Amino acid sequence: MNTAPSLKVLLLHIAVIAIFFGLQFVLPEYHHLAMTRVMVLAIFAMGYNLLFGYTGLLSLGHALFFASGLYGAGLAAYHLEWSVPAAFLCGILAGFVMSLFIGLISLRTTGVAFMIVTMMFAQVAYLASLYFSQWTRGEEGLVLPQSARSFDLAGVTFDLTDAATRYNLAFVLMTVALLICFIIVRSPLGRAMIAVRENEPRTLMLGYDTFRLKLVALIVSGSLSAMAGATYALLFAYIGSSFASIQYSIEALLFTLLGGAGTVLGPLLGTVSMFYMIDIASNYTPAYMLVTGIMLVFLILFFPRGILGSIRERWLKWLP
Amino acid sequence: MAFGPFLLLATLEGLLQAAVLTLTALGLSLVFGVMRVVNVAHGEFFMLGAVIAWWVTSMLGLPPALGFVAALLISPLAVGAIAYAGERLVLRRLSYNPEATIVATIGMLYIIQQTVLLTYGPDARPVTAPFYYRLQLPWFGYSAYNLFVIAAAIIVLAITWFVLTKTKIGLIMRAAQFDSETAQAFGIPIGKVYGLVFAAGAMLAAIAAVLIVPIRQAHYLMGLDPLLLSFIVVIIGGLGSIRGTVVAALVIGLSDGIISMFFSPTLAKMLSTLLVALVLVFKPEGLFGAKTR
Repeated sequence: MNTAPSLKVLLLHIAVIAIFFGLQFVLPEYHHLAMTRVMVLAIFAMGYNLLFGYTGLLSLGHALFFASGLYGAGLAAYHLEWSVPAAFLCGILAGFVMSLFIGLISLRTTGVAFMIVTMMFAQVAYLASLYFSQWTRGEEGLVLPQSARSFDLAGVTFDLTDAATRYNLAFVLMTVALLICFIIVRSPLGRAMIAVRENEPRTLMLGYDTFRLKLVALIVSGSLSAMAGATYALLFAYIGSSFASIQYSIEALLFTLLGGAGTVLGPLLGTVSMFYMIDIASNYTPAYMLVTGIMLVFLILFFPRGILGSIRERWLKWLP
Repeated sequence: MAFGPFLLLATLEGLLQAAVLTLTALGLSLVFGVMRVVNVAHGEFFMLGAVIAWWVTSMLGLPPALGFVAALLISPLAVGAIAYAGERLVLRRLSYNPEATIVATIGMLYIIQQTVLLTYGPDARPVTAPFYYRLQLPWFGYSAYNLFVIAAAIIVLAITWFVLTKTKIGLIMRAAQFDSETAQAFGIPIGKVYGLVFAAGAMLAAIAAVLIVPIRQAHYLMGLDPLLLSFIVVIIGGLGSIRGTVVAALVIGLSDGIISMFFSPTLAKMLSTLLVALVLVFKPEGLFGAKTR
């Protein structure tokens, strides 16, 4: 097992990160905001990819973890008037606890049952966000107060109403998420996760505790998704039930499938492409989710490895 | 209204719910039982059935009763044809891999739903009931059409049961379910059977939708609730077990109807969904179902 990543792998990732940093200086206002959203959603897709792409567990309920972060951070900022960094940590913690709890229950199932169980748990959370509308205001949602729109950290004041601040915060968090994925995938843990994906009984026979491996993968994946949710709530100052709906679970799956499940950069590429495809379609028709449906069927029929997965298979065998 | 009559009304609503749910869930169960495919687009076939019923009744310009009969014939056939095409074009090419077919049917869900949004539009539209008669009970009036829906559902259920257990078609389907390779070795065209079973499952959902559309309106988002409820029913009843499905649909439909009238419908859905997730984890063969292979 090679531990030191090769030079071209490092250069590629540094180049991708540099491009995202540089984009903010050239993008017009609309795309500047769109790219901020894309980077936050890409964190969600990266979290999803750790579970689906590397461990081979297809969850249909990841909106649950995204919403845990969203509500964990948003409700703390709204009702308890916590500062932004504290609310952010609260969101991640909520996702961590939720994924530990859901993992302990749902990982007793495999395959199709796992997909349905995760979908059902996410649906329960969605209904709960509607039912407790006294605190969440359900579909209508909450707009975070002025007090949660800026914070001081290490002597610097961050103003979250400023577009450049938001972009760079999203950029830093996305880079952190990318690094976490990159490191995990190349670590012994990541190798063992891939072994579970490829052949779980054999991995078990080799002496790995596959239940624990899957649980760890789910917790890391859920916590990253929650981090994306918390970031989304705090940067854009809005929380609502629609973020917990099935559609968000499907989007994480679609972003990952399109970019290439089981590749480090795939989710990022998938999020950018799919976000803009939906964005362009929504200019022409109210039925823009048609694109989602067609892409899902197209990808699963003809292109199951996604963009980067196919490139790796054909040309760039070294792609992580 | 006093408690007794209120409970009676809640039970009638629950029975209506159970009747429609039984047919819808039976379609899902049939497809899963024979093909081992979890059809996430099932709710959209239900929605499509209702929308096509609206087209038929409003375009043909027949009197309500004749229009309804026409809808009851045309709508399930059209939905069955669409489902057959989807099965041939998509599911067969995935060689019925369980995980890939789920992703594909999610895609089909969006394609059907959004195509209806494009053509039919975002409005909810009513379909006139074939007849209007109000049963005057001592405490409240109740539409006789609701009772007709319950009766019709029982008839369709009886026909389905007869076809599955007493005819050659049913025998072939059960053979395909029991051991598809051996069935193929005995000359049963498995591919064709799968296509027809998928279409039949969709048609059951469409029939349920045509029956209910005069009471609830046709809307492009109406497929989600029947889908989730059918999942609940099929899981509680035991995946692929038809008797279990019927029992579970009765229990879920009745309790959902009754609980929703006394408590918040959202709470009722929340609790039943949670219960089902736990059943699937801890008792995957279902609560009522015969043990499946």
